[in-house]
Amino acid sequence: MDSNLLKVTIDGRSIEVPPGTTILQAARMIGEHYPPAMCYYTPLKESGGKCRVCLVRVAQTSEANPRPMPKLVASCLTRVENGMVVENESSPEVLEARHGVVEFLLINHPLDCPVCDQAGECDLQNLAFEHGTEQTRYEEGRREFDKIDIGDKIQLHMTRCILCYRCVFTADQITNERVHGVLNRGDAAEIGTYIKHAIENDFSGNIVDVCPVGALTDKTYRFKQRVWFSKPFNAHRSCDKCCGEVVLWIKNNDVIRVTARKNKFGEVEKFICNDCRYDHKNLEDWVIGEAAEIERDSVIRANKYKTKIHSPAVQVDAKFVSE
Amino acid sequence: MGVIKLTDRIKVMERKPMSFMERIYLPAILKGMGITMSHFFKKKATISYPEEQRPMSEVFRGLHVLRRDEKGAERCTACGLCALACPAEAITMTAAERKRGEENLYREEKYASVYEINMLRCIFCGLCEEACPKAAIFLQNDKMAPASYEREDFIYGKDRLVEPFLLKQS
Repeated sequence: MDSNLLKVTIDGRSIEVPPGTTILQAARMIGEHYPPAMCYYTPLKESGGKCRVCLVRVAQTSEANPRPMPKLVASCLTRVENGMVVENESSPEVLEARHGVVEFLLINHPLDCPVCDQAGECDLQNLAFEHGTEQTRYEEGRREFDKIDIGDKIQLHMTRCILCYRCVFTADQITNERVHGVLNRGDAAEIGTYIKHAIENDFSGNIVDVCPVGALTDKTYRFKQRVWFSKPFNAHRSCDKCCGEVVLWIKNNDVIRVTARKNKFGEVEKFICNDCRYDHKNLEDWVIGEAAEIERDSVIRANKYKTKIHSPAVQVDAKFVSE
Repeated sequence: MGVIKLTDRIKVMERKPMSFMERIYLPAILKGMGITMSHFFKKKATISYPEEQRPMSEVFRGLHVLRRDEKGAERCTACGLCALACPAEAITMTAAERKRGEENLYREEKYASVYEINMLRCIFCGLCEEACPKAAIFLQNDKMAPASYEREDFIYGKDRLVEPFLLKQS
């Protein structure tokens, strides 16, 4: 056994992880039943700690210090210690706290899912489905904003934003200049470009992919289709700006949307450029591979009779794509 | 006899010559007329549809309708949940964005520019009605999809599905 490894037990399952690993990362290494995360995003440095959805209870801080931590801690920021015992879904206290957090996140959310383009692949929708209540107790007015066009490709719906800061970190770390950020404080905080500035950068489209809700949406995809009516295929092309590995969302032999590939935690590992995202919406531009992996219980899988194509580099023909 | 019997339940028919009463036919005719006449005074099994109609159940699932709200705006926002819920895949739609000045026509900022139900595919299960988050689509309990000779007539567009505006006011 490597003496550098720390042993951590999450919901009764133990794993040994290198020092510096957070509880959330350790839980993801174990596999299923990891805490949800709305703001933490592995590829983005300093993300996390905003949404409080990933709260867990630490029943034993370490082997040397067997006392529990006094409060629930955010698992995306707390680093593991040797002999730490963590309760995630096994603790009713955690589930109740998560329930409350969802209620707070939804306080200012307009719940316009039938209109929103993100519906079906929205983290907040999934979270509310698992941890929320059927009815709202909130009677006061919600925050109201006008829609803002940030450039000609991205639209900002500030009403839907949960202030996770992911898009700000993306613009900071992926692109070489950031022209948007969070203005004002507390209840009045909002994403904005201050003076109606267009976000024009080769990688600016990625802020659409990292947004966990429908606050930042692709204008070229606006109201085109609901996500579950198109089929995602992994595809690639040679691009001199990015890796060129994308997911094409195809319906009736038309590419209606191009997004970056997400891993099973819903995180983009290889960011793509705006050329690939917006300017190549023809099937001829791409080498189309297998159907993209989709979570088993996702609505995107509904009514798709063949979810996987086994032969490599299959040309999409009408049989598979049209329903 | 050289007949091979497949079963021992065969009945041999007797072909007797008809008696005198049978040969004059009159008693049999009178008996038959009697049965016919007795039906004149019995309750009728049929109704004269369409002048007369049978009462329908409150929960009968008939022809679809896309409802308007109290101000006359279309409730449907083309969210696609009815098409997703539909087990027969009878519903298709295309969404469009509401323009400025159309607020009295459409309730939400998105609406269905094309909404089609194929009544030949539809099994009238009512799952679309159950899935609708905007209370827009309903299956009427007093109307059925009428018969037609053409297949095209069964693809119902918005012209036949959306509830007429004037009807609501009267």
